[in-house]
Parts: sequence; C-alpha cells; structure tokens
Amino acid sequence: MAEERKVCLRGSELTKVFGFGRQKTVAVDHVDFSFYEGEIVSIVGESGSGKTTLAKMLLGLINPTEGEVYFQGKKRDIGTHKKKKEYWKSIQAIFQDPFSSYNIFHKIDAVLLDCINMRGGRKFPYTKKVEMMTEACGFVNLKFEELTNKYPFELSGGQMQRLMIARIFLLMPKILLADEPTSMIDACSRATILDMLMQLRKEIGMTIIFITHDIGLAYYVSDSVYIMEHGKFVENGSADEVILHPEEAYTQRLIGDVPKIYQEWDLSTV
Amino acid sequence: MAKVMLEVRELTTKYVTRFRENVYAVDHVSLKVEEGKSLGIAGESGCGKSTLALSLMGYYFPPLHYTSGEIIIDGRNISGMEPDDVRKSILGKEIAYIPQSAMNALNPTQKIIHFIEDVIRAHDSCVTKKEIYERARKLFETLGLPESTLQKYPVELSGGMKQRTVIAISVLLSPKVLIADEPSSALDVTTQKMVIKMLRDLMEKRLIKSMIFITHELPLLYNVTDDIMVMYAGQIVEKGAAEEVVFDSLHPYAKGLMGSIIVPEQGLRDVKLTAIPGVPPNLKNPPAGCQFAERCKYVRPECRAVSVGLRDIGGGRTYRCILSEKELREAYQNG
Repeated sequence: MAEERKVCLRGSELTKVFGFGRQKTVAVDHVDFSFYEGEIVSIVGESGSGKTTLAKMLLGLINPTEGEVYFQGKKRDIGTHKKKKEYWKSIQAIFQDPFSSYNIFHKIDAVLLDCINMRGGRKFPYTKKVEMMTEACGFVNLKFEELTNKYPFELSGGQMQRLMIARIFLLMPKILLADEPTSMIDACSRATILDMLMQLRKEIGMTIIFITHDIGLAYYVSDSVYIMEHGKFVENGSADEVILHPEEAYTQRLIGDVPKIYQEWDLSTV
Repeated sequence: MAKVMLEVRELTTKYVTRFRENVYAVDHVSLKVEEGKSLGIAGESGCGKSTLALSLMGYYFPPLHYTSGEIIIDGRNISGMEPDDVRKSILGKEIAYIPQSAMNALNPTQKIIHFIEDVIRAHDSCVTKKEIYERARKLFETLGLPESTLQKYPVELSGGMKQRTVIAISVLLSPKVLIADEPSSALDVTTQKMVIKMLRDLMEKRLIKSMIFITHELPLLYNVTDDIMVMYAGQIVEKGAAEEVVFDSLHPYAKGLMGSIIVPEQGLRDVKLTAIPGVPPNLKNPPAGCQFAERCKYVRPECRAVSVGLRDIGGGRTYRCILSEKELREAYQNG
C-alpha cells in the first residue's frame, strides 16, 4: 500500500533563518518531510515553533534560506511571477483570521468570480458563473442569494471561513494549506468547518496540510501527524501512533496541555 | 448552606440600535453563585454570554441598557445604582471583570507597577507607593509570577504572561466575584493551561470568593467550573452540575454543543462530530415560541407557538424545552 501512494510535496533540508549575526533566529531548521497525495497531514506545535514559517515557504510566499521543495517529484520552480501563478493554481491556503482574509472593498461575488476566472472561466456567460457560485456556496451550506451584493464585514466569522472553503471548492487545488482555520471561530462552527474540509478531500482528492496547536483537532482530522518544536520535527507518524502512544517528551507535554473530558486533566505539570 | 455571593433575579438588558430597535441580549436570566463555587457559561458566539458578563457588573453604557431584574452581590443590591457609584464602590472591590482581549488592557506607555498604583489609588487614595509595591509583590509571589514583571512594560511580556498579569491585577482588591470572559481564547494550549491553573489557584487560595467563567470550549469549562449554564439567544437553556450537563445534557442545543467537543482521547476518531445546522435567530425580531425551534431536530408544531419556561427537575438542574425529560431521552436514543 505504502509504495502505491504518490508523494505530492516533499521537502529536503528546508531551512529558514531570519536575521544574521548575533540576532540570528533559525525559524525552521533542516526539516525533511514527504506529504502523500490525498492525505491529511497535521503539523502541530506551540506558538513560535516555526509552523507558519514552514507554511509560508511551502506556499512560496517567502524563500527558504537552504533546502528545496519538490512538487510532484520535480524541483519546485517559482522563479518568475508567471511560474508562481501557475504554482498557486495547485496550492492554496486558508488562513487563521477570516476577518483579514478579504478585501473589505470588494463584494463577496468578486471573490468567487476571481476564482472562476482563474480556472479559465473568464469567457463563461454570467448565468453559468452564477450557477457555479451557487453550487460552491451550497457545498458549504451557504445561500448564494443571501450573500450576493454583500460586503465581507456583513458576515460572521464562521460564514467568512466557510466562504473561504467555497473558494477552494471552485479552485480545486491539489494541495490545501490550512493554517489554524478554526482557532478564531467558536466550537460549534468548528465541527462544521472540519467536516467540510474532510468532504472536500473526498470529493476532489486533495491533500490537506493542517497547521494547528490543538492536538485534539489534529487527531480528529489527520492521517499523519508531524510534531514541531523549535523549528524541527521531533516526532512523526500516523495519528493513532503519535497521539495515543507518544514517544517524545514534548509530544506528551502537548497532549497533557489539552483539557480532557474522559480522563483526569493533570494541572500540576505547568 | 454556603453563603450566596452573587444572585441574579430575572435580569433583562437590551441594546438599543440606531434605529431605536430593541435587542434583548440577556432575557430573564436568573442565577446564583455560592461562596467557593464557580459557574461556567457556554454558548456559541452571539448568544449573549459576554453581554451577560457586562450586565452583571451593573455598569451600563450605551448602547447597552438596563431593563429589569436584580443583581445582588453578597446581600447588596446593585441594580439601581448610578454608574459613578458602581465604578467607585463595586468594580474591582466587589466584582472584577477580565474582558476578552485582556492582553490589550495594559497601557503600553506605563510599567506594570504604575498601572497597579493607578488601580489601587482609584479606590484608596492614601496608600503609599511602598505599600502598593509590597502588596503587588506579595500577590505576584503567591500566584507564581516573577517579581521583575512589575518593573516591565507590557511589550516586554509574552501573551500568556500579559494575560496572567491582567488576571493578577484584577484580583488586587480581592473581589467577591470574578468574571473571566474567554481569558484563554487567544492563547495556545500550553499558555492556556497556565492561565487555567492560575484561575484555579485563585479559588483555592481564597483570593476570590467565587468565579464566573465564560467560554465556548466545553472541555475547559468541565475542568474548571462546578456548574455549567448553557445560553442560547439570550436565554438560559440548561443549567446544572458540570458533569451532568456535559455527559447527560437534556436540551437539544446543549446536546448539540456536546457533540462538537474535540479531545485527543481514544475513540474520538470513530465519533462523527455533530454540527448544529443553521444560525441563531435575529434577536431584533425573535421568533415566537422556542428560540431554538428553527434548528432543532426534534421540533414539534407546538414549539413555534408557545414560549417555554425553565423546567426544574431537581438537584439544581433546569432546562428549557417543551418535551419532558423522558421524552427527550427517548428521542436521543432513537437518534
């Protein structure tokens, strides 16, 4: 089984250093990883462990200091703006803060129309575009008729984040990078968002890279888990292995920090 | 019988919008917190949790207005008091409030100790600087915060440290009731645990007499508080001991909330999280009858007609539903 899985995104010796001299900070320190196609991978670590820096490098928003990213077996080449745009057709992101993910001056239609145009639908008649937008909104349990002609600030946080997923549904990227997509919204909408991500994976066979500090979340959604501490992966493996039988002390501590319900939550270890 | 620290009777408060519409964000809420006990308030965003917290302080400023009801702190009714009197004699001394973004409450141009001086001087103008320092140092020591924090500026502290400092400052005047409004929602799990531990310490070391803890994270509430109250659309829908509400919830909304709990424990992956479809009603024109009827799986025609009161089933447990306890349990069993 393992041989059949295709590697979608691979990194070797990926490093990012900020500053130099005495103020040097190694945010990501020679990490190796391979994410397989159609898999949900979680990267877990506390704040400041370098999760988001790694995500930005994967997205091509910042250049790595050292090391390479291999996309579908080939070395990633995003030297020019045109190539970058090509690359972004296959990798997309959902960020932590839905309130700052939108351009406040553009209506919601514009966000979705942009996606259709990007996927080569520029010449479609408007009725067809509306149909596509309605379908995408329907997928995330929103009603397009209620959203059209509205501005982002008129939506709630949960709705905004769901609209982000509708965007992903239209774009159909190969990889989705979700950087703490549920930390700003409340527990009830969280379940909805997670279910939608899982459904999306089923529908278009997408690889999802899930970045979070909440190990419970990571356990619920992912197939494999990477634990990150100070820019390094300290432990990785399948979700059951890592979360239920952690080996590293750091992983054990992270798990201990999450409030429990069925077991005693030990508060003395802080 | 323990002494009742905070008692609220049928409190109703409203927001008045620009167009003179009344939005009743807290609707006939009654609660009681005894000495040494803590109460948790759960609910999704927009259900009136934070408004309730603001209303409990008795300090109203537009657009929030007081409508009716009574707030009694340790035998003293504060509901009809002037805002100025409330600020001088109630806030901080009787009831302290940690707002959601408490980290930003610190003045960036002042050292922590100067901030503390301001707080103490506002209530007692004849304390010397030395006394204040001594008092702050002692408090920080009992709470396990380094003394050097006092001489720092807020920018020099990390998020978790700032949050803990704010909590420490809020209990300086040893209030009878502490209201913590999502004190840990912006922190990562490790710092969250520190904050929670500190709140528990406050109770154990008797620095505060009772606590109200507001969050939407049920696992947290379950670990921190003795009782849990679930709110929906400004009303209490269920109240009871933490264990009972979490494991044996009666109201369909509370049941739905419990279905969205995520904990890293064996068996979680096999459970499908249940999400509650739809959105809460618009409180500008609330629906007649049960507020939750639109989203309820077990809705009946009569739900939309009659508004339901709280049912008391003994043992401090109440819930707001037209169905009886037995009918609800049967409905849950049949899925």
